[in-house]
Amino acid sequence: MVLVSVEVNGSSYQHEVEPRTLLVQYLRETLGLTGTNIGCDTSSCGACTVLLDGESVKSCTLLAVQADGAAIVTIEGLSGPDGALHPVQQAFHEHHALQCGYCTPGMVMAAVSLLAEEGQLDERGVREGLEGNLCRCTGYHNIVRAVLACAGDRAPAGAVDAVGAVGAAGGAVGAVGAAGGTGAVAS
Amino acid sequence: MTVGAGTFSGTPVRRVEDPDLLRGAGTFVDNLKIDGMLSLAFVRSPIAHAAIRSVDVTAAREMPGVVGVYSAADLDLPDAPALMALHPAAIRPSLAKGTVNFVGDPVVAVAAETRAAAMDAAELVEIDYEPLGVVVDMEEALDPGSPAQFESLGGNVVIGLRTGSEDPLAGADVVVRGRFENQRVAVVPMEGSAIVVDPTGTDFDLTVHLSCQMPHVARSALAKLLGMDPKRVRVIAPHVGGAFGAKHLSAEGVVASKLALELGRPVKWVETRSENLVAMAHGRGQVQYVELGLRRDGTFVGMRCRMIGDAGGYGGFGGILVLGQTKLMAQGVYHIPAIAFDVAIVTTNTTPMGAYRGAGRPEAAAFVERIVDMAADELGMDPVELRRKNFIRPDEFPLTTVMGADYDSGDYGAALDEVLRLADYDALRREQDERRRRGDRMQLGIGVSTYVEVTGGGAEFSEVEVHEDGTITVKAGTSAHGQGHATAFSQIAADQFGVPIEQIRYVQSDTALVARGRGTGGSRSVQLGGTAVLQTSKLVVERAKELVAELLETAPEDVVVTGDGRLGVAGVPSKALAWGEVARVAAERGAPLLVQHDTERAGSTYPFGAHVAVVEVDMETGRVVPIRHVAVDDCGVIVNPMLVDGQVHGGLASGISQALWEQFLYDDDGNPITSTLAEYAMPSAAELPSFVTAHTETPSPLNDLGAKGIGESATVGSTPAVQNAVVDALSHLGVRHIDMPCTPERVWRAIAAAQAGTLPDPWREPRSEMAGFPREGAAGEELERGAESVNL
Repeated sequence: MVLVSVEVNGSSYQHEVEPRTLLVQYLRETLGLTGTNIGCDTSSCGACTVLLDGESVKSCTLLAVQADGAAIVTIEGLSGPDGALHPVQQAFHEHHALQCGYCTPGMVMAAVSLLAEEGQLDERGVREGLEGNLCRCTGYHNIVRAVLACAGDRAPAGAVDAVGAVGAAGGAVGAVGAAGGTGAVAS
Repeated sequence: MTVGAGTFSGTPVRRVEDPDLLRGAGTFVDNLKIDGMLSLAFVRSPIAHAAIRSVDVTAAREMPGVVGVYSAADLDLPDAPALMALHPAAIRPSLAKGTVNFVGDPVVAVAAETRAAAMDAAELVEIDYEPLGVVVDMEEALDPGSPAQFESLGGNVVIGLRTGSEDPLAGADVVVRGRFENQRVAVVPMEGSAIVVDPTGTDFDLTVHLSCQMPHVARSALAKLLGMDPKRVRVIAPHVGGAFGAKHLSAEGVVASKLALELGRPVKWVETRSENLVAMAHGRGQVQYVELGLRRDGTFVGMRCRMIGDAGGYGGFGGILVLGQTKLMAQGVYHIPAIAFDVAIVTTNTTPMGAYRGAGRPEAAAFVERIVDMAADELGMDPVELRRKNFIRPDEFPLTTVMGADYDSGDYGAALDEVLRLADYDALRREQDERRRRGDRMQLGIGVSTYVEVTGGGAEFSEVEVHEDGTITVKAGTSAHGQGHATAFSQIAADQFGVPIEQIRYVQSDTALVARGRGTGGSRSVQLGGTAVLQTSKLVVERAKELVAELLETAPEDVVVTGDGRLGVAGVPSKALAWGEVARVAAERGAPLLVQHDTERAGSTYPFGAHVAVVEVDMETGRVVPIRHVAVDDCGVIVNPMLVDGQVHGGLASGISQALWEQFLYDDDGNPITSTLAEYAMPSAAELPSFVTAHTETPSPLNDLGAKGIGESATVGSTPAVQNAVVDALSHLGVRHIDMPCTPERVWRAIAAAQAGTLPDPWREPRSEMAGFPREGAAGEELERGAESVNL
C-alpha cells in the first residue's frame, strides 16, 4: 500500500491505496465522488475527465499515486459555494447539451479546461478541443453551441452565428448554411 | 420559467432533469453502494466456436476475497432471456453449456468482495477448449455444410422464407440491381450494462437496480425465469446512461440475480467497455439483394428483395428484424405495386444481434433509397424527380401498403420541398458542376433521402394525483434514459391543470412506484406515454370539476381551469378554489384526486422526412468529410421542440457514422478486431458538422396528441442520404455503389477502378440456397406478427 495525499474540491485527503489503483477508482470508491463516470478502458471516451492542477486529465489514465500532492477538481466541485451552476454547466442546461448525462461530467470538465486554455475559440476549435470526449446522445451539436456560448466575446467574429453553417470554403455550400433551419431551436 | 400556464406544450422548456446530472449527482447503477455487496466478474470465451472440455476453478476459488466461482454446472440457471425467440431450438443458456458460440460468451462467473478481487480471480480460471469450425460471414452461413450451432437446425439457417409477389419485375422496361451490405455496428451507450441485485430488503424478495429501457418488462421476465411472484420483485431503472435499443435484462443479469438469491447478499455487475463491445447485442447486419423494375418514364413497376439477416451467436433476436420492420417498410414512401421479399435469417459465431436505434427501419430505408438513386443514374433522371414521380400522395392516407403497413398520415412532398429549399439544392448542384469542371481535388457529393418509418403501437399506463399542498404527481409506464420525459410529460400535465411546471412531480422507472408499463423503445414514449398522461390528467380534471361544481353550487360544465392554479366558475373570477383545497376536500370525502388509466391500444404511427447530405470527397485519398446535413423530419405534433431536435441530432450522428465510419469487424476465425473504443470508429465532435434541422408537422390521427416518434427517425433518414452523397460525388466517373461504411480505402478503390475502367458490377446473384426456401405459410405469418410486436 502507498500513501497518497491529494486536495480534492478544496478538501485535503490522505489514504493508503494499492499502487495499481487508478485515480478514477480512488475518486469514486475511496472518496465516494461518483459524479466522475467510467465509460471505457482504453482512455478513449473522456467520461472520467477531471481537472488536475487546473488541466483536464482522463482520471483512468492516471494512477492515484501519480496524483500525489496535486489539487483535483471533479464535477462535484465545479458549482459555486452557494450551489449555483458554473457558467459551463449553465450553458449546457440552456443549450440542451446533455441527454442521458453519462458523458456530461467529463464533457463539462473538458470544456472548462478548453475555455481556460484557449484565448479564442471558433466552432472548429471547440470540436477539435473536445475530440477526446465521446457522447452517443447529442451528436455534439448542442455541446458545441454551449461551449461557443461560453467562449462569448473571445470567439472570432461570427463564430457563434456560424454554428448552423459549416466550415466549408466558399460557394453555395458555405452560403447556404447561414440560412439555418426553420424549426431550429431558439437559443 | 416564464411560459404561462396552459401553454407549455409546443415550447422549448428547459429540462427539469438537468441539474442533478450537471452536478454529478446521477444515480447510475455503478454509483450504488450497499453494505455487504459482492462484485461479479465473468470469464468469457476467447474462441468463436468451441467445445468446453474442462473448467478448472481451483486456483480462482483460493484467491483472497473470493466467495464463489461458478460455471453452468454449478448453478441451476434458467436460460438467458430473449425479447423474442427466433426458433424453439435457438436457446441461449445464461452461462455457456457444452459449447461456446462467440468470442465474449460468458462461461464462468466469479463473485468476490471487491471488483478487483473478482477480476483477479477470473484471470486464474482455466478452461480447456476444443475449437470447432467457425462461420462469421452471414452468406457462408447459408451453406448447409457450414458449422452449425444447433444440431437440430441442421445448419445455420434459422428461418428461410419466400414471401410476396412471385414475379414483381414483370412488365419493367428497365431493371436496376444492387447487392448492399448493411454492416454490423455496436450500440455503445456511454454507460455499459449494469445491474445490482439486492435480496436483503424487507419489502421485496428481490430489488433489482438495472440499467434498462423497460423495467416492468424486465421484472416480468426475471420473475418468470426465477420462478418468483412478480409482486415480490422490484425493478428500478435509475439514471440510465443511454440504451439505444440494447439495454434489457441480459444473460449476465440473470446470473447476478441467481447468485444474489443463492448467496443471500447483494451482487453488483458492471460491464467494462471491452466486455460491452462483445457482450451487448450488436445491431444492423444484413446483406440485401435488391432489384427494382421501372418503366422508361421512371414509374416503379415492382421490386424483388432477397435479404440475409445475421442473428449472430445463439440466434439473437435482432435477426428477426429483417422479416419484421425491414420487410414492413420495404415500400418506403413510394408506390411499388408488387414486391417479392425473400428472407434468410442465420446464426453466425459472432456477438448475438439485437436492436439498435431504428431496429430494422434504417436497413429498409438504406436499400430503398440506394436502389432509387441507382435507378436515377440508370435513367439519367435527377434523383429528386424520380422520387417525386413515385411518392404516395397526401390525399391517399390512411393507406395500407403492399407490405401490409397501415400508414396513418403523411405529406412526403412537403418534407422534400422544405429540405431542398433549406439546402438550396439547385445551388449545390451548380457548385458540384463547377468543381467537376475545374477538376478540383475536393469533389462535392449531394445525397438525398426521403423516408418513412414505423413507431409506437400499443397501449400505455399513467397515474395522476393531486395532493393537498397543490403539487401534482404524474407517473407513466414509459422509462426515459435521456429523452427528457420528465420535462415533456410535465409540460403536458401542467397545461391541463393550469399550474407552473415546478408544481408537477414526475415519477417513472420503478415497478414499486408505477403500477405497470411497457417502457421505452420503438420511439413510443410521447405518442403512448404522453397520451396516457394527457388522458389521465383530463380524467382527474373532470372529477375535480364535478366536486368544485358541488362546492361552488354551479354546473360542472361551468367550472374551468383558471390558469393560475385554481378551478373557478366561468365568468365569475372571485369564485375559485386552489387545486390543493380541492384535493383536501376530495380526500376528506374518501375519493382522493387520483386516477390510474390505461390508454386503448393504438396503431403504429409512421413518421417521415427528407434529408440532404453534403460531403466532400478527396479524390486523391478517398477521404470523405460530411460538411452539411439538412434534416426535415415530420414527427406529427411536437410537445417540446428542443427535445425533438436533440433526438434528431443524436440520430443524425448515428446515421452519418454508420454511412462513413462505424463497423464491427471479425477476422476469419471469429476474433473481434474492433472490441475497444480505441479501435471501434465512434465519432467525436471533430468528425461531425453542425446540423440544420427543421420539421413539417403532419398530425397522426391515432393519438390525442397527434404525435409520432422521433427518437430514431433521423437515423433512418440520414444513413442513406450520406451514402448517396458519397456515391453522388463519384457518379460522373461511373461509380454506382459503395458499401457502408464508405471508408477512404473503399472510396479510393472505387475512384481507382473508375479511372482504370475496371469498376465492379454492383450486382451478383445471391447464393442458390435461397431459391429453395418454402413460400410463406401459416408459420411464417405467425413469425411476422411476432416480429412486428417487438418494437425497440
